[in-house]
Amino acid sequence: MGDFTNLTLIEARDALRQGDFSSRQLTQAYLDRITAIDKGIKAYLTVLSDEVLQAADEADRRLQAGEELPLLGVPLAIKDLLTIEGVRTTCASRILENFDPAYTATAVQRLLDAGAIVLGKTNMDEFAMGSSTENSAYQTTHNPWDVERVPGGTSGGSAAAVAARLAPAALGTDTGGSVRQPASFCGVTGLKPTYGRISRYGLIAFGSSLDSVGPIGHTAEDVALLFSLMAGHDPRDATSMDKTVPDMQLTETNSIKGLRVGVPKEYFIKGIQPEVESAVRAAIAELEAQGAEIVEVSLPHTQYAVPVYYIIAPAEASANLARFDGVRYGLRVESDDYIDMFKQTRGQGFGPEVKRRIMLGTYALSAGYYDAYYGQAQKVRRLIQDDFIQAFEQVDVIATPVAPTTAFRIGEHSDDPLEMYLQDIFTLPGSLAGVPGLAFPVGFDENNLPIGMQLIGPHFGEAKLFEAAHVYQQATDWHQQQPQLNISK
Amino acid sequence: MAEYEAVIGLETHIQLNTASKIFCSCKADSWDDGPNTNICPVCTGLPGVLPVTNKAVVEKATLLAAAMHADIPEESFFDRKNYFYPDLPKGYQISQYDMTLANGGYLDVPMPEGESRRVSIHKLHIEEDAGKTVHEKGRRLIDFNRCGVPLIEMVTNPDLHSADEAAQYLIRLRQLLRWLDVSEADMEKGHLRADANVSIRLKGEDVLNTKTEIKNVNSIEAVRAAIEKEIKRQTKAYEEGERIEAWTLNWDDNTQTLHKMRSKETEADYRYFREPDLLSVKIDDAWKDAILSGLPELPLERRQRFMADYELPEYDADILTGERALSEYFESAVKAYEGDAKRVSNWVMNDVLRIINETGTTPDALKLTPDYLAETIKLVDANTVNTSTGKTLLEKVENSDKSPGDIVKEEGLAQVSDTGAIREIVEGIIADNPDEVAKFKDGNQQLMGWFVGQVMQKTRGQADPKVASLLLNELLSE
Repeated sequence: MGDFTNLTLIEARDALRQGDFSSRQLTQAYLDRITAIDKGIKAYLTVLSDEVLQAADEADRRLQAGEELPLLGVPLAIKDLLTIEGVRTTCASRILENFDPAYTATAVQRLLDAGAIVLGKTNMDEFAMGSSTENSAYQTTHNPWDVERVPGGTSGGSAAAVAARLAPAALGTDTGGSVRQPASFCGVTGLKPTYGRISRYGLIAFGSSLDSVGPIGHTAEDVALLFSLMAGHDPRDATSMDKTVPDMQLTETNSIKGLRVGVPKEYFIKGIQPEVESAVRAAIAELEAQGAEIVEVSLPHTQYAVPVYYIIAPAEASANLARFDGVRYGLRVESDDYIDMFKQTRGQGFGPEVKRRIMLGTYALSAGYYDAYYGQAQKVRRLIQDDFIQAFEQVDVIATPVAPTTAFRIGEHSDDPLEMYLQDIFTLPGSLAGVPGLAFPVGFDENNLPIGMQLIGPHFGEAKLFEAAHVYQQATDWHQQQPQLNISK
Repeated sequence: MAEYEAVIGLETHIQLNTASKIFCSCKADSWDDGPNTNICPVCTGLPGVLPVTNKAVVEKATLLAAAMHADIPEESFFDRKNYFYPDLPKGYQISQYDMTLANGGYLDVPMPEGESRRVSIHKLHIEEDAGKTVHEKGRRLIDFNRCGVPLIEMVTNPDLHSADEAAQYLIRLRQLLRWLDVSEADMEKGHLRADANVSIRLKGEDVLNTKTEIKNVNSIEAVRAAIEKEIKRQTKAYEEGERIEAWTLNWDDNTQTLHKMRSKETEADYRYFREPDLLSVKIDDAWKDAILSGLPELPLERRQRFMADYELPEYDADILTGERALSEYFESAVKAYEGDAKRVSNWVMNDVLRIINETGTTPDALKLTPDYLAETIKLVDANTVNTSTGKTLLEKVENSDKSPGDIVKEEGLAQVSDTGAIREIVEGIIADNPDEVAKFKDGNQQLMGWFVGQVMQKTRGQADPKVASLLLNELLSE
């Protein structure tokens, strides 16, 4: 038996269809690998060993019967922010330590309906607040390229699982960069779709006007497949849009001749790690070599994205997280007085970064401060959106770095929230504008750490991003590199 | 002694009578259901689920807003109102804050003295209800059934000046809500809740003094009694030079007393912001037209029209327009009758309303249709049946599926006005009762009633009493 875990999602799917191996064999291979090495990576919070094998057997029966669902028998990893009926969903928080939801997130359900099976739930920063997965209440995930380093965050567990081949693909969520930055740090491909493209039903909210479900895989093709299966209107999410999803044909014949690629000068700034800049510029040159036209563009309000985001997202979070009060589910610290019960429950249930953001958001919404903070931030958010709308009058896609640096060391920024917030400087503007962004590997730094590039598209313009990344991946092999895992077994 | 004037504003919460809740598909009304039976992940605030707006709520609220003569902007927004409370599952209530479904509006309330008072509306918006906390043996029990029940919050300006005016406003509001079929408007069941803001000032002044807020008034009578008590308390305090403080007062209906709940010196900070889980409410012209096509003539307009067109007294018009179905019943009967509307009004108010009360049915569900009522009145007019048979006939129609005419034929109820037939009977009675005849002839005129009664008895009530009287007079004076 070869190592099935080296296959891409689509390769594995096709092999299952051809009967090269069974879903049980494939799934068992992943479970064995998880048992062998996840204690060194800590990508998973919950591994559904029994359930996934049962599901694999069922998938094998259906495969034998000749069913041809797009993901039949393919195991996936799901970020622990997305609910699955009957499966513990913690958001990496103590406050939801024992929460078993009675409903499955629409995005997950659509993949299950397509035949996928679930290996487990992956680690993250608590309630998706952070950039390193160090804010998990349970464990810190390690970057498979260097276990001394963070995998990025907040979908660090999902990105690390894919990079370490503990799952062929995974779902993350992205509010300000939480799919793209870990994808970049772990050398995998990850999409933040257009806001409203994929239902948020079952995504435990952090910043409701920003939260998106995003797939992570080895190739643009894998990510595009997951995306197309999840996208589309959901009657249970009023903000999900009724836009048809284009039928993307990613083959060897795709071309980006004439594609106008914008390069925003505001994204190549002082402080960016030189190897990151040179790798991204080299990737842009490769796109040009493939026939793209490179155009310098300006997104003048980029510098305001960090402050705007750190007002809007915490403000929404301060309300979204108010429901964790110990009354109906999750942690409850008993007290005779209900106010005291709230205080004790929330005081003990939430970690420091979550508390920090709840306080930031509460402050920004308070009487007397609303206009100066939340009100003003909403106005500037509109300017940032307008930047993109204007830029996309000139170009088809915009190419930028994903993060200013490659993966940093565990603990390096954990004492300095502001340093940590700057991690998202290149991903936040697109989040605030609601436009899609695709991160994929374009090189390595001197420490052999992956470097990612982001292609940003206009609203509902995911297809162009996949095409361009696919053409790039046809011409390069960065996405095929695998980390040498030095983990004692 | 100086003369004072009360200044009163009412804050009402109106539970809409939609089938399902405002943001989920749970059953909205739980009056007959046990605690925590009509709940789901959405209305109990489980993590990850999302609200979806019930269109029927927007439609009913728009209808009420139009009936209140409010402006209805094309776009309004939902906002989150943040506060912690055990029966508020999300830690915020989805409400509307600065860009609400409707702006302004008023209700002209007829007052008993004859004039009408215009009560203007300060705020009208839609929102979700919170749950209900019950305290039992030191424990706090929460029923989440009420979470997500659709409400309209409607707040008047301080345009009311007595307890009675406040009561009249609520009576007219309740009438309107039922008329539009937007709410059952039953205060006892909490479908219509009212808090009263009360202050007093010297008559002629234009200032707004510190107000108190009265809560927990569960009937119109309670509103009237509580406000009266509070006006007296404030007047006495004022006379004695005490300062009125901004208290929240709780009405105890059993003891008919007000109790201070809390001081309310500082405004709570609800940190309102736009609800990011919902799109704005957009009511375009086509939708608005469709909603407003269901807007009927309003009760007070219909009341005026009944007085003008049918020359009804105010008393009749008021009763007949008390309920929309009754007013429609009346008007259909008038059309079918094609005669004096006041005559129809008498029959409706005396007899039809009695049948409705006795059977507990509604005007539109009566088997005694407006057409049948008109037919019955015509039978009486034509002397086919007498008035008392006519009244019995109404009940017979209501208890069968037959028309009045058919019942008259089948049961032989037609009045005998054939002089020949009655003359024979009268002659027989005179012959059989020589004593009574003698007494009558001696001057005991009161016996005439007894003679008529005998005729009616013999004819099983079918004799035309007028004809019987004429013949008796004629034959007894011989």
